[in-house]
Amino acid sequence: MDLDSVDRKEKLSATRLQVSQYGVALVLVVLGCWLWRLQILGADTYRVLAEQNRVRKVPVLAPRGRIFDRYGRILVDNYPSVTCYLLREQQKDLDADLPMIAAGLHIPLEQIQDTLRNFQYAPKYQPIPLKQDITPDEQAFIEAHRNELPELETLDEQRRLYPKDGFAAHLIGYVGEVSENDLNQERFAAYEPGDVVGKSGIEETYDSILRGTDGSRDIVVNSHGREVGQMGQELAVPGQDLRLTIDLDVQMAAEKAMEGKIGSIVAMDPHTGEILAMVSRPTYDPNQFSVRLSSAYWKSIMENPDHPMMNKAIQAQLAPGSTFKIIMSLAGLQENVAQSLRVMCNGGGMFYGQFHACDKHHGMVDIQNAIPWSCDTFYYTLAEKLGIDTIARYGSSVGIGQKTGIDLPEEASGIMPSVLWKLKTQHQPWYPGEVISVGIGQGALEVTPLQLARAIGGIASGGVLARPHVVFADELRADELSAIRSTYPGSGDKTIPLTNANWQIITDAMAQTTAPGGFDTAAAAHMDGIDFAGKTGTAQVMSHSALARTGGGHSTVPNAWFVGIAPRRNPDIVVAVLWEHGNWGNNSAKLAAQVIDAYVTEQRARAGNLQKVAAAPKPVQTPDGAGGTAPAGQ
Amino acid sequence: MIRSRFRDFDWMLLSFVLVLSVVSVLEIRSATAMTKFHGFQQKQMVFLAVGIVGMFVISLIDYHRLLEIAYWAYGVSLVSLVAVWLVGTKVLGARRWINLGGGAHFQPSEWVRLVLILVAARFFWQIVESGRDLSWKDIGKAFLLIGVPLAMVLKQPDLGTSLTYLPVLVAGLFLGGIRFKQAGIILLAIALLGGIGLSSGRLLKPYQRARLTSFMNPDSDRQASGYQIRQSLIAVGSGGLWGKGSNKGSQTQGDFLPIPYTDFIFAAFCEEHGFIGAVGVLLLYFLILVRLIQNAQTAADPPGSLIIMGVAGVLLFQIAVNIGMCVGLMPVTGIPLPLMSYGGSSIIYMFLALGIVMNIRMRRFVN
Repeated sequence: MDLDSVDRKEKLSATRLQVSQYGVALVLVVLGCWLWRLQILGADTYRVLAEQNRVRKVPVLAPRGRIFDRYGRILVDNYPSVTCYLLREQQKDLDADLPMIAAGLHIPLEQIQDTLRNFQYAPKYQPIPLKQDITPDEQAFIEAHRNELPELETLDEQRRLYPKDGFAAHLIGYVGEVSENDLNQERFAAYEPGDVVGKSGIEETYDSILRGTDGSRDIVVNSHGREVGQMGQELAVPGQDLRLTIDLDVQMAAEKAMEGKIGSIVAMDPHTGEILAMVSRPTYDPNQFSVRLSSAYWKSIMENPDHPMMNKAIQAQLAPGSTFKIIMSLAGLQENVAQSLRVMCNGGGMFYGQFHACDKHHGMVDIQNAIPWSCDTFYYTLAEKLGIDTIARYGSSVGIGQKTGIDLPEEASGIMPSVLWKLKTQHQPWYPGEVISVGIGQGALEVTPLQLARAIGGIASGGVLARPHVVFADELRADELSAIRSTYPGSGDKTIPLTNANWQIITDAMAQTTAPGGFDTAAAAHMDGIDFAGKTGTAQVMSHSALARTGGGHSTVPNAWFVGIAPRRNPDIVVAVLWEHGNWGNNSAKLAAQVIDAYVTEQRARAGNLQKVAAAPKPVQTPDGAGGTAPAGQ
Repeated sequence: MIRSRFRDFDWMLLSFVLVLSVVSVLEIRSATAMTKFHGFQQKQMVFLAVGIVGMFVISLIDYHRLLEIAYWAYGVSLVSLVAVWLVGTKVLGARRWINLGGGAHFQPSEWVRLVLILVAARFFWQIVESGRDLSWKDIGKAFLLIGVPLAMVLKQPDLGTSLTYLPVLVAGLFLGGIRFKQAGIILLAIALLGGIGLSSGRLLKPYQRARLTSFMNPDSDRQASGYQIRQSLIAVGSGGLWGKGSNKGSQTQGDFLPIPYTDFIFAAFCEEHGFIGAVGVLLLYFLILVRLIQNAQTAADPPGSLIIMGVAGVLLFQIAVNIGMCVGLMPVTGIPLPLMSYGGSSIIYMFLALGIVMNIRMRRFVN
């Protein structure tokens, strides 16, 4: 090697140099083997991890179907909104970030922790909705902290826009996040936590039709969670639009009539059972429910003694008062008792050893007078002659004490008392004297406004009763329709026997009710040019003796009922008005008259017989601050 | 004239190095394509050009001249490290750079390593020349010689660079004739001291231990060393046999892999070029190292061999630690991969070191 002769001792160890080469080889072989382990043996595992890193599934929410009235005027629309989600797939200690997230999104920390707890068993890939309808400020916060808080993600979606001021709120219902309890039920099997679901009204009944199918996008993200591309997508299928049987004009008239009052108005086409208007008061603002509800608002609703959340049209179960006399008349006439009945009214009479009062001294009363005058003495007598089971048979035949089967959730069935009913529910025998109260629509008798509208509308239609509904059957597929019908069973479509003569007696008498003058109970509601018939009801909420004890007050004022029809036979519209503590049925008759007037005016306009009605109302607006139509007189 | 001077130039070694440099430039281009560091491959090519010129220049200087001034240079090195301490620019919490003005920065610790290789060569040459065995006193001196600048760099703090001084010492001791018994005692002592230090918790406080592995990355959780290694493993593993292709590595392009153009460039390369590419790079390193050792074996005199083995030792150490880190065998220490990672100081050091090696080779028949 070396040319110069060098002392051996001055040389480096050749062995050690040689060994260094082996050392190099060893180190590189170890690294190579390790690479084999990672890249060949572990390739599949790491490829999956790399995919998980970069591909993220983002839901694309389907917009809910819009809701229109029968003539295609919009009732419920959607508006674009941004929701903030929390992703849990990151390799991160989320708890440490929560205070910062809470501050930035203006959510209490405990609320976020609660939300996380609710989702702890949900799959990790599923994003948690943190806050809906976030403000531009909060959106800016999320954008500005993409690096520190990559777990925050925003999602554009469509939110519900309901009419203002609780317009038709009970009918339409509202949407909210599906609750844990719901998720445990079978019918929510297809739902996931965080899904928006109809919580009441039409939104609940027709949720499966309105909600559509959510899609998703597989997006490629970088390490900051920023979207850099898209891999694939599954398109969202928007929910189906729904056309209701509601007539916006009639609904608005009904809303206006009930302004500032407690109670309900329901208007229906008795031929078909199509609901034209449904109002319940007091009302609530469903827009408050579609975003996170403020606790103050929730408290104000829960503490209101008049139950703003209750749809009184189908849930209020109250004594119908004298409106029940139409059903009594049906029973009396069909049993051939009432035709020949003549009763001397001296302001009441003795029945079963007790004096029962009438409002007035009507003198000699027959069936033709008894209805418009609403003579209690006549119906005490008729009730005594028929007996409770006959009355109950006719009551049940027109749907009293049963659900009507309307396509809305939580319908109440009311009570049609009978001997059997009392035995079953109170385990007591029926006392014959109790029939006297039932005869004038008091006692244990309880109806909903819808039941009453359907029963009296059916009688006025010659005994043909229709199943009430708010969505046209032809909007639905056959399977959807049968599913709705089986979910909401009721007495449905039916025909009861009613002779022509009896039909005429009853309907003519109802028309007499609104005739001017005499004893006629709803003369103040008379409308020129409209064949407006009906029956008042003034239902005591307390017995006379109890009233004497408490000394009166608003909550002791009787409930004012009216069921109106137009025209008198085969009516196109039946309107039931319940004005709680409205004092006299006559007052409700004037409200019914407003609704019927709106209906007739609109129908005439549509037939081209009127120049112009009020300009077509804009979508989702309500008559503002109308009210103040409370009649002064009786 | 020039031609005759370069007749013994190691063109083969240079060609291996240049192939690797091309691979480096291409991978830097791919790894920075989606980032604000886009175009760094051009700066890397400038560094390479400067390095190659520097290599040729230094290869013309007789390495014996360099050995003569080695102790002086050592003194200057210590002064420059003190200067860094006093006037250095603080970047990410560490003082490593001296600002030269005009945007140029000088990182003395890289150059100090070159000086240490020369000093160690001269130190051990003197021992070998005297013909005596390595005494405990010699070993102590050698530890001091390397240990002082090592401690100063460690203090900057720059754990990565300071650790690269160790192979200089190890190579010197190994070739200087350390006996196995001595080596065993030293290793035992280090193990014992380290064990006591770690178990008593005095040597390293928990935060220091954490910093030891992740001191490079002061900013956030996401940058913690555990996350980095995990992402690096995913990058390497998901590359598979053939890799995902240039500009197609999701870990590299999606910014999941930290600093994919410097410390983690090997992981980026593995992701995009797979096991085949990775083994190719290992093979190139193997060829370079073996070629270096062959040059050491054929060097004209012991100091020549010692210098080359110092260079080779540092190179092997850096490869092992950096690649080891990328595949999860080593902690994150911030040691760049020589000839692959982006960075001027590292590249220029490497080529200057190669220049000295070339000179040694060119002088193997000359005296």
